Amino acid sequence: MEKHGFMKALKCRECGREYPLAATHVCEFDFGPLEVAYDYERAKKTLTRKTIESRPQTMWRYRELLPIAGEPTVGCEVGYTPLIRADRLAAKLGIRELWIKNDTVNYPTLSFKDRVVSVALSRARELGFEVVACASTGNLANSVAANAAAAGLKSYVFIPADLEQGKIVNSLVYGANVIAIRGHYDEVNRLCAEIAGKYGWAFVNVNMRPYYAEGSKSMGFEIAEQLGWKLPQHTVVPMASGSLLTKIHKSYQEFAKLGLVTETPYRVHGAQATGCSPISVAQKSGLDFFKPVKPNTIAKSLAIGTPADGFYALKVMKETGGCAEDVTDEEIRDGIRMLAECEGIFSETAGGVTVGVAKKLIASGKISSGDSAVLCITGNGLKTLDAVVGHVGQTREIKPSLREFEALIGAEAEPMKV
Amino acid sequence: MIKVRIPLTLRRLTGHEEVVELDATTVADVIDALHSRFNGIRERLVDERGAIRKSVLVFVNDEDIRFLENERTPLHDGDEISIVPAFAGG
Repeated sequence: MEKHGFMKALKCRECGREYPLAATHVCEFDFGPLEVAYDYERAKKTLTRKTIESRPQTMWRYRELLPIAGEPTVGCEVGYTPLIRADRLAAKLGIRELWIKNDTVNYPTLSFKDRVVSVALSRARELGFEVVACASTGNLANSVAANAAAAGLKSYVFIPADLEQGKIVNSLVYGANVIAIRGHYDEVNRLCAEIAGKYGWAFVNVNMRPYYAEGSKSMGFEIAEQLGWKLPQHTVVPMASGSLLTKIHKSYQEFAKLGLVTETPYRVHGAQATGCSPISVAQKSGLDFFKPVKPNTIAKSLAIGTPADGFYALKVMKETGGCAEDVTDEEIRDGIRMLAECEGIFSETAGGVTVGVAKKLIASGKISSGDSAVLCITGNGLKTLDAVVGHVGQTREIKPSLREFEALIGAEAEPMKV
Repeated sequence: MIKVRIPLTLRRLTGHEEVVELDATTVADVIDALHSRFNGIRERLVDERGAIRKSVLVFVNDEDIRFLENERTPLHDGDEISIVPAFAGG
């Protein structure tokens, strides 16, 4: 293996200037984001359908297209979550064919963030870091805390102080240093950008961001492979910073470039909560820039008012013919219920956003009812119980008495005839 | 006096100074004053049309200037400015 694996350099997305493969994320000339450039010619030689299929069922089966130099040392078991054919939800939403990419059961912390963290921490170790950190709306903090603990790295995770209990406890339990900031995510993020310049830590979504963000591609690689080496006609992706949406697009492009799939037309659609919808509002108004907002939504994992990849997400939707849409808190809860009742999958609020938006896009004909779509469900509902408590029905309580039960069940069920 | 916190990305230009103090009455003035002291700073922060790049966020006392009056945001003695790369987080 070459010194840097299949990576060639970091490259500015705006001006194309190249930088060494260090812990740095911004171009010194125009503040443009740095992105990993790969040696695709060399990757093509080993990354075939046959070799991929012969490897373990984890995200690392695509390792030639993931930005680490050697073999992964953190999160080796992450990914390859189920792609579920969702016929009952398809009937409910009025579409011919529907699939759920189910990252509610991603290993180990039940969200897609384990994908980005396994890359970021494996790379952080290669670069010699002993302390890792992140700015997070919750899921990322959980994943950094857990994966750092397993790797024996010290971690500092920064979150908005008003996060759901489930998300807070899910970071604390691993012994992470959890710093709660009295402010919304954008303020946490700004503080972390300043902290990252001061301490020699691997901030997964600041100075390690070029590596970290690439981990999201594995979700798209898996979708294409699990569909039988095909690109889906439509992919609906929740948007916080917009990064996942851009990386799903990139994953389809890379698979086509390497000849692993035929480049059939595909559209990538973005989903936001109405209470934090800067990208969706811009897309619907036909703008290629967004106006920052102050978030107010139950979908806290998507509550980023100044989305770092907002411009690029808008560009991807424009290029692929995709659309954005947004849904209210009530529609989010409906989406969570529909997914649970139709498919037995309990998603966090972001999943409710994705289902709700898919419903709207299908109803408005932006996704044609005769087509096939994949919904990216990115996190587990057990982490955001606060959002649905009191909205998902109630228990019916009785004494352990047959008479009470019979009175309760009444006409609902007939006793068996013997 | 206005206190400006310089991001890592620009510290090569400021001779590794992390905090610069200067006189200015608006955010636009700050960029002018920085440029006159550290040649080359303007083109890094500002695009061809003279607007602050979409890749650069500027905060006055921890508030994003896009929620204030952008480059025209007035400054007062003791205000603190942060310049932060936009492409982070999420």
